[in-house]
Amino acid sequence: MSLVSAVPTRPAGSARLVDHFQYGLDAPICLTWELTYACNLACVHCLSSSGRRDPRELTTAECKAVIDELERMQVFYVNIGGGEPTVRPDFWELVDYATAHHVGVKFSTNGVRITPEVARRLAASDYVDVQLSLDGATAEVNDAVRGQGSYDTVLRAMDNLAEAGFRGFKISVVATRHNIGQLDAFKELADRYGAQLRLTRLRPSGRGADVWDELHPTAEQQRELYDWLVEHGEQVLTGDSFFHLSAYGDPLPGLNLCGAGRVVCLIDPIGDVYACPFAIHDTFKAGNLRDEGGFARVWRESPLFQDLRRPQTGGACSQCSAFDACQGGCMAAKFFTGLPLDGPDPECVQGHGAGALSRTDRSGAPRPSQDHSHRGPVRGQPVLLGLPVRRADRPDRMCDESPLAGLEPQPAK
Amino acid sequence: MPAQTSVGAGGLADRAPFDPDAAWAVHPQVAVRPEPFGALLYHFGTRRLSFLKDPRLLTAVRNLADHLSATDACRAAGIEPAEMRPYRDALAALAATHMIIERTGTDEPR
Repeated sequence: MSLVSAVPTRPAGSARLVDHFQYGLDAPICLTWELTYACNLACVHCLSSSGRRDPRELTTAECKAVIDELERMQVFYVNIGGGEPTVRPDFWELVDYATAHHVGVKFSTNGVRITPEVARRLAASDYVDVQLSLDGATAEVNDAVRGQGSYDTVLRAMDNLAEAGFRGFKISVVATRHNIGQLDAFKELADRYGAQLRLTRLRPSGRGADVWDELHPTAEQQRELYDWLVEHGEQVLTGDSFFHLSAYGDPLPGLNLCGAGRVVCLIDPIGDVYACPFAIHDTFKAGNLRDEGGFARVWRESPLFQDLRRPQTGGACSQCSAFDACQGGCMAAKFFTGLPLDGPDPECVQGHGAGALSRTDRSGAPRPSQDHSHRGPVRGQPVLLGLPVRRADRPDRMCDESPLAGLEPQPAK
Repeated sequence: MPAQTSVGAGGLADRAPFDPDAAWAVHPQVAVRPEPFGALLYHFGTRRLSFLKDPRLLTAVRNLADHLSATDACRAAGIEPAEMRPYRDALAALAATHMIIERTGTDEPR
């Protein structure tokens, strides 16, 4: 019996290490912290429906208090994102504060602020990692999802990082119907820059719900993706987002389980704590760290997380021979396509999800509880399928920060 | 960020065999976090995560720097010589991933 796992395996037997993780830890191993809902882009599939800053954002002092808590809890690192986190004026102050307090930082960015000077600063820091978002190996594929000019921006950031001697930064790709054919090109790009490729699953979360039907990989492409991931092993990161594909055969590297509320969670820009960044909905909201007891109390005592840490029955899926590998798939993928949580994943490799979807009234699917999308046109806005993304079906919020909320956008002058 | 990827680079085959009678210590960039099942180890340099599944192993690892050899540290943690095989393998795995490092001759036990 092995007493050490570098990457947790899934041995047979009752005392699996992953079982301990499923029953929860005293502190997350890592967590996602969205620092702001503000963003210069308007990507069609944004998991956090970002664009406009929320006026209730955590202050600099509040953010430092969160970092102090994470240090006490010995959270090893945070994945800082947003929105575009670098647009916060105190971004560097917070990154420095985190690393000075034994909390490692990996931040996600579209590259807009990664200047040569910034790149040199990052290259000099031992405890800060950078993850650049890219959804096409060519501008044509990328910009259709992320907006005109976004490919050029991220390539420029990559050039600056490479020039500054920063090796090992991450290139993070959301796998879509239009980029599955570019997997080798992505790998080649990462290799060329001395970077590490990360592929993640498109979830129907945030604005992703509006484009999921058109963008999620086909069943054939899923198989192709799985085979490619197996071939590349640990060289390609996945954020554990493809464990539903493990039902095809050999498990993919990683924890191969849903860590939501057990190993990871989300802190959003206004201090709400959710089980997962792909589950921004009241159903998966554990609490707010501005309440008494802060983040630690939410993590350890919230009813939602305690519930997630109990053994999950698996419902209808538990009878399937593949259940041990896929564990019924992704909670968020089921929730936002209107499928029941105790049934198959919409992309179940055995096809059970597709069947369930066809019998489901999709118009009744839940909507995200936060929408900070830009109201008006954004320069370079992605034009997917030839149609601008419309938010006209969303009611205006009572506390919209813009005085023009509810008015029809005026034509550009 | 130093030129190391988060994926363990280099094969295990090109390492010297683990010597339990040498002096060892937890790598200075490693954080050890006890958990009910044992412990989590995180290396801030390689960004690698490891899991210790045994409380006595955790005790031995945490006290490596206090002993002249890894074998001594295990003995002090209550591990009998006859039980050493899996513990030795565990320590070898930690050494191979830089979670623990050999102390040089100038490092005396604390």
